[in-house]
Amino acid sequence: MNLLLGALAAFGRPVLILCRGTGRLALFAFEGLSHLVRPPFHVRRFAAALIEMAYFSLPVVALTAIFTGMVLALQSYTGFSRFAAQSAVASVVVLSMTRELGPVLAGLMVAGRVGAATAAEIGTMRVTDQIDALSTLSTDPMKYLVAPRLLAGIIALPLLVVVADILGVLGGFIVSTASLGFNAVTYLHNTFNYLETMDVVSGLVKAAVFGFLIALMGCYNGNASRGGAQGVGAATTAAVVSASILILAFDYVLTQLFFAR
Amino acid sequence: MSAAAPKIRVRSLAKSFGEKRVLDGVDLDVPAGTSLVVIGGSGSGKSVLIKCILGLIEPDAGTIEIDGENVLALGQEARRAIAARIGMLFQNSALFDSLPVWENVTFGLLARRRIRRAEARVKAGEILGQVGLAASAGELFPAELSGGMQKRVALARAIAATPEMLFFDEPTTGLDPIMGAVIDGLIQDCVKRLGSTAVAITHDMASARRIGDNAAMLYGGRIVWEGPAASLLESGNALVDQFTHGRREGPIRMELRA
Ligand SMILES: Nc1ncnc2c1ncn2[C@@H]1O[C@H](COP(=O)(O)OP(=O)(O)OP(=O)(O)O)[C@@H](O)[C@H]1O
Ligand SMILES: [Mg+2]
Repeated sequence: MNLLLGALAAFGRPVLILCRGTGRLALFAFEGLSHLVRPPFHVRRFAAALIEMAYFSLPVVALTAIFTGMVLALQSYTGFSRFAAQSAVASVVVLSMTRELGPVLAGLMVAGRVGAATAAEIGTMRVTDQIDALSTLSTDPMKYLVAPRLLAGIIALPLLVVVADILGVLGGFIVSTASLGFNAVTYLHNTFNYLETMDVVSGLVKAAVFGFLIALMGCYNGNASRGGAQGVGAATTAAVVSASILILAFDYVLTQLFFAR
Repeated sequence: MSAAAPKIRVRSLAKSFGEKRVLDGVDLDVPAGTSLVVIGGSGSGKSVLIKCILGLIEPDAGTIEIDGENVLALGQEARRAIAARIGMLFQNSALFDSLPVWENVTFGLLARRRIRRAEARVKAGEILGQVGLAASAGELFPAELSGGMQKRVALARAIAATPEMLFFDEPTTGLDPIMGAVIDGLIQDCVKRLGSTAVAITHDMASARRIGDNAAMLYGGRIVWEGPAASLLESGNALVDQFTHGRREGPIRMELRA
């Protein structure tokens, strides 16, 4: 009997901790979002966060997208030529980019770049009492630090994904026409022929969700950090890891929602 | 003492971190328009005490009344409104390192929309002057300042909005004696001229007697002595005596283990 109880307790404790953590995170997210509809708004903070997230992530996302498009073209060409189905290369590239790889890769790159920076900045502010200082200066930390970043994430990632989609297709186009011997006009025709609005829109919706998750995990982990530089380091790692895992998990859920019949 | 309710009234305040009881029944009154100096050994819970009053740390038990209203029973919005009436100088300054000094100093004024951004630099220059800094320091970032200068900027930020209550966590630690005296004068001035109610934590006895009307000593999680700040050195209390005279022998055993 005791053994059974012990086993149950050993199983129950992590479950409880997980539930409590999820609950806290949900409350945090809800509070942050609620400030987006309650004035005053920190427009300046939002602009700064948007520039940081969108503009300064451009080079990383652009490079990732262009190389991914190039590799996709090569790989699908070698695969499909076995079945004499080379003409599918163009649509494989554009569909993979818009539906999956654009949002997911941009999300993962931005999670590494911005998620980490956000967690480090907010974490340092937490352990040096700067967040406490905000509330003694008539400023709600959730409104000032978290809400603008959440909104910036929701807007920045779709913008980046538009760029990633275009550059990914361009990468595939360059490889296909320059080294695989495709005709440029046919390739472009094949690219756009099979592309539907839903493919692009679903990718952009995914991107908005990923951007929100990145900002949320950065802010949440930063805000929860305790005890000096080590705590901030741990928070940074947690922010990147949790954002990356959530991106992949939500990617599955959203794909299921959009395309499963 | 007047019959009016004190500005700040603390009753049986308790706070533990894990097993460690930091505050264990603190009772404290601060009448309006007076200043109280809190002394006590390192790690005795002075910072925790004023963070509780500010609403930054949630106490385990007890009441905190400001103007006769129990703060702990209020909702979030109301508590935020009270926190906005308090100016606080944090022990480690807690300046916003992503903002230049002038924006740090006028942060509270800008947040309350009492001034416009265009006027903020000039206003910051005025307030910086009061704490003995040149207006040009406003263009620097906190990381470019010495520790003592950071402290003075933090003081400027705390008094900028002329709040009705002012909390200072070791305002003169890290300053040279002359600047320490200047800051003490400034604090006295805020209390006398603006009618603010002040609570200051300090380890400096000269400073304590300059800025405090009253003094209280925190030891073992309680207030063990309260009296006029002028009588700190001849309090007749063995604990206070040992502390103010810095004797190694006496009733206080320093906990060298945290
Ligand atoms: N957030 C916290 N978590 C855990 N323990 C804490 C926390 N804040 C304070 N403590 C503990 O509470 C005790 C009192 O801390 P406090 O900062 O109030 O000391 P203090 O009286 O201000 O000392 P000093 O004069 O050195 O500033 C310390 O032992 C500290 O370890
Ligand atoms: Mg302290």
